[in-house]
Amino acid sequence: MTTAKKTEKKTETTKTTETTETTEAVGGTKAAKTSTTATSLVWQRRRASVARFWKQYRTHRAGLYGLAALALIALLAATAPLTVGADVQSVTEAPGTALESPSAEFPLGTDQFGRSLLGLLIWGARISLLVGLLAAALSVAIGTVVGIIAGHYGGWFSTVVMRITDWFLVMPTLVLAIVLATVMSRSMWTVVLAIGVTSWPTTARLVRAQTIAVESRPYIERATALGGGHGHVMSRHVLPNVMPLVLAQTTLCISTAILTEATLAFLGLGDPTVVSWGGMLQDAREAGAVSSGHWWYLAPPGLAIALVALAFTLCGRAVEAVLNPKLGVGR
Amino acid sequence: MSARSLLEIKDLRVTYGSGAAAVPAVRGVDLTLEAGSKLGVAGESGCGKSTLALALLRLLPASARIEGEVLLDGEDVLSMSWGRLRAVRWAGASIVFQGAMHSLNAVHRIGDQIAEPLLVHGRSTPAAARRRVGELLEHVGLPAARAAAYPHELSGGQRQRVMIAMALACDPRLIVADEPTTALDVMIQAQILRLIERLVAEESISLLMISHDLAVLADTCDRLAVMYAGRVVEEGPARAVYEAAAHPYGRALSSAFPRIGDLASRRAPRGLPGDPPDPADLPGGCAFHPRCAVAVDACTELDQELREAGAGHRAACVHVGSRTPGSTS
Amino acid sequence: MTTASTPADVARADQARATDGASRTGSSLGYLRHAAGKLGGALVSLLAVLVTSFFLFRIIPGDPVKAMTHGVPTTAEQLATLRRQFGLDLPLWQQFTDYCAKALSGDLGTSFQFRAPVGDLIAEKLPATLLLTGVAVVIYSALGLWLGTRSAWRHGGLGDKLNTGIALTLWSVPSFWLGLLLIIVFSVGMGPIPGLFPTGGMESGTGETGFGYVLDVAHHLVLPVVTLVAVGYAQTLLVMRSSLLDEMGGDYLTTARAKGLRDDVVRRRHAVPNALLPTVTMIFINLGHVAAGSILVETVFSWPGLGGLFYQALSVPDLPLVQGLFVVFAGAMILMNLIADLLYPLLDPRVGR
Repeated sequence: MTTAKKTEKKTETTKTTETTETTEAVGGTKAAKTSTTATSLVWQRRRASVARFWKQYRTHRAGLYGLAALALIALLAATAPLTVGADVQSVTEAPGTALESPSAEFPLGTDQFGRSLLGLLIWGARISLLVGLLAAALSVAIGTVVGIIAGHYGGWFSTVVMRITDWFLVMPTLVLAIVLATVMSRSMWTVVLAIGVTSWPTTARLVRAQTIAVESRPYIERATALGGGHGHVMSRHVLPNVMPLVLAQTTLCISTAILTEATLAFLGLGDPTVVSWGGMLQDAREAGAVSSGHWWYLAPPGLAIALVALAFTLCGRAVEAVLNPKLGVGR
Repeated sequence: MSARSLLEIKDLRVTYGSGAAAVPAVRGVDLTLEAGSKLGVAGESGCGKSTLALALLRLLPASARIEGEVLLDGEDVLSMSWGRLRAVRWAGASIVFQGAMHSLNAVHRIGDQIAEPLLVHGRSTPAAARRRVGELLEHVGLPAARAAAYPHELSGGQRQRVMIAMALACDPRLIVADEPTTALDVMIQAQILRLIERLVAEESISLLMISHDLAVLADTCDRLAVMYAGRVVEEGPARAVYEAAAHPYGRALSSAFPRIGDLASRRAPRGLPGDPPDPADLPGGCAFHPRCAVAVDACTELDQELREAGAGHRAACVHVGSRTPGSTS
Repeated sequence: MTTASTPADVARADQARATDGASRTGSSLGYLRHAAGKLGGALVSLLAVLVTSFFLFRIIPGDPVKAMTHGVPTTAEQLATLRRQFGLDLPLWQQFTDYCAKALSGDLGTSFQFRAPVGDLIAEKLPATLLLTGVAVVIYSALGLWLGTRSAWRHGGLGDKLNTGIALTLWSVPSFWLGLLLIIVFSVGMGPIPGLFPTGGMESGTGETGFGYVLDVAHHLVLPVVTLVAVGYAQTLLVMRSSLLDEMGGDYLTTARAKGLRDDVVRRRHAVPNALLPTVTMIFINLGHVAAGSILVETVFSWPGLGGLFYQALSVPDLPLVQGLFVVFAGAMILMNLIADLLYPLLDPRVGR
């Protein structure tokens, strides 16, 4: 309890320094000297808060498992060009015969073109992770910008923006994403865009609420009174304060994005030239893996999707529990 | 003694959490309440008086460790079986909680909430319970038809009357009133106090009333106990404690309330600097010494036991028994 | 997973909704005004859906006719005929007003693939989807409420950890994959397990009537419902758990315990009714999601519903049909939200009626 109080006091001091910096910058004198100290203080504070964050994150065991699983999968995906190589996707130079059962040479068997399913699984991690990350980043970026702007300006403008957000919130996200992927050309970027532009409203709502909370703090008022413009307040004061929330939101978004990507690929709306986990499932279904009972073809890609989605969800919940213990997710 | 006391609390200790994080909330309280009498417990927020009230019926969360004895009619509440405990709750002793808005369930009609203990304890049939609810409501000065109302449709004073009607439902021998008049305005406070007094007298129920407001307690109760940092620091006849407190904290409390119900002075009694101590980090010696105007060196080292300060009047202060400085000025 | 928002998202969006609810006025006039406002909002949302759908299908694809005939050799004359048929030769604003006027009168256009009115196709497939999603929603709401209540009441314990762990794991599973695996294991049969359930469809087509037909349909329902329930109950569970956790500090629960009520009675009679309010709202909102989410499950199980129709339309792509289904799915969401908004004040006595 006493530690928390101390930290709060320290943060308060640093904030005052920030405001001083604003004054100097606006006044245009002695700016350089003051801002150096302010910057180093800001960095010091950030390092301390990262350390504090990690200390608390470590207490959430499920979050640690998720993080470990992610590290492992990321490592596999990153080293895929060395371990399996891009040739694994090639239909013409497939090493095996069609639809082989698991063996020593092909631990997970082969697909209908004779390609190694293990190799495809590892290679597929690259596209699934990439699309998931990019789509979540796009979604959260849109949500953050909309949320900060709506929260900062307020008034009728905010009302209109939030009405639009609410409208998007009641749209069937998956249907909208499918429709977008259908009417645009088939490519990875279409999928990223389709997921990104349909899933931002939740983030926008959360960020807006946080922005309003941050802007009610007295030092923002001081910054405005001292001549800090809208852009300055939003980028220098609001954004750093909503970043933790945005981080948690991104982590949670990624698992949804990965699941949506798999769904789109399964429906045949993904990029036909690259291998992804959802695409592998579509191939398996088309090759008749279901009716002939080839479970070894079907099971691994789905397990991989579930594992990655679960890992991101566990991390996201742990991050959220650290940032907002009152939410009760981690209890 | 053949006529045993209705309520006897012996060396009651309540600790939240365990190990290094253990926080003592009540630290060895002894209190006795005779049948038909009224005892007031006073103290600032966080001194452990609400914890004490909840401990009487074992209503504390599982994380709280309770030690000592709570003898209700000679039977130890703390060691009785769950089944027996449920039977004793409300029928043996009932509670009027503070802040009646949150103590009533917002989605049930008040009539059903008053009737609930009657039905649970097998005291009556649903039809008889409905009649009894009407009687109880009229008894506390509300029209019987209000039974159909939801809590949010009542004013604060009315809700507190409902709480009192509810507490009376099973004809308990003891009512514990935990800050029954906090958050009410002065006029309503006085009405509720008169109501409690009248009912307690009519039905010869014993009353244990808890408040931060010494004046309210002195007005209603026969005896007063003053708690500080989880301990009773002074205990005696209401008049004596209110008008001539022997403990410096008791004196501070009694001078704190020029009027009944001044909320602003709740946390910091007049003339008393500082905050009540953090139970997790109590000062050594007498817990009151950092705020005490008459502390001597010994107070930082040695905690005082309760000692005689007059007829049936005890206080835990080093000055008691010697000359009491400052009390005559 | 079929719905594209995390359980935590829903929980939070829902908390926001609950706060909205608390600020409403208490009189019956207030409720009427509230209802009228919500109804107006829903109509505006519906109009916005029409605008969006026009934008999505007429403007983004460039030339819708080329998109639809993609891969099929078509002469320039045929293309021109098709354009005329779909009214694409008219000015854009006229296309838009025509589209809105027709849509509002219930005409959603003609399917390119089936050469039949989109509205008729949808009406034909709607009952199957309602049956599947209805059964699934009832089961997973009940399951989620029950497990969520148990989880929260003993939160932090082994049961709670197991409960939330299993729910989150199943939530992370792609619904279509789970469906395919279930088919392999329980329909095709694997090892000692014989094929217990049909691989797809809604009926065997053996001409059974009466009770026999009901049993046959129920037999076909099992696997798709299990799939939808497995991936969907986590949301209800987590929302119920968190709203019950919020209630558990409530003073009224101490009052209930002090009255001598048994622990399970305190939970059932006092805590759960209070925690149910936000959860019920969420269940209604989810209803709309489920209809859209059944696209995958219906596809995998060849269920003759809207989802299966949507998949068929996508593979052409039959843009008028996709467009019509988009409007129907979005309209279902708006309707469910409206019902939730209208229901909330009726369930909570604090808000008044």
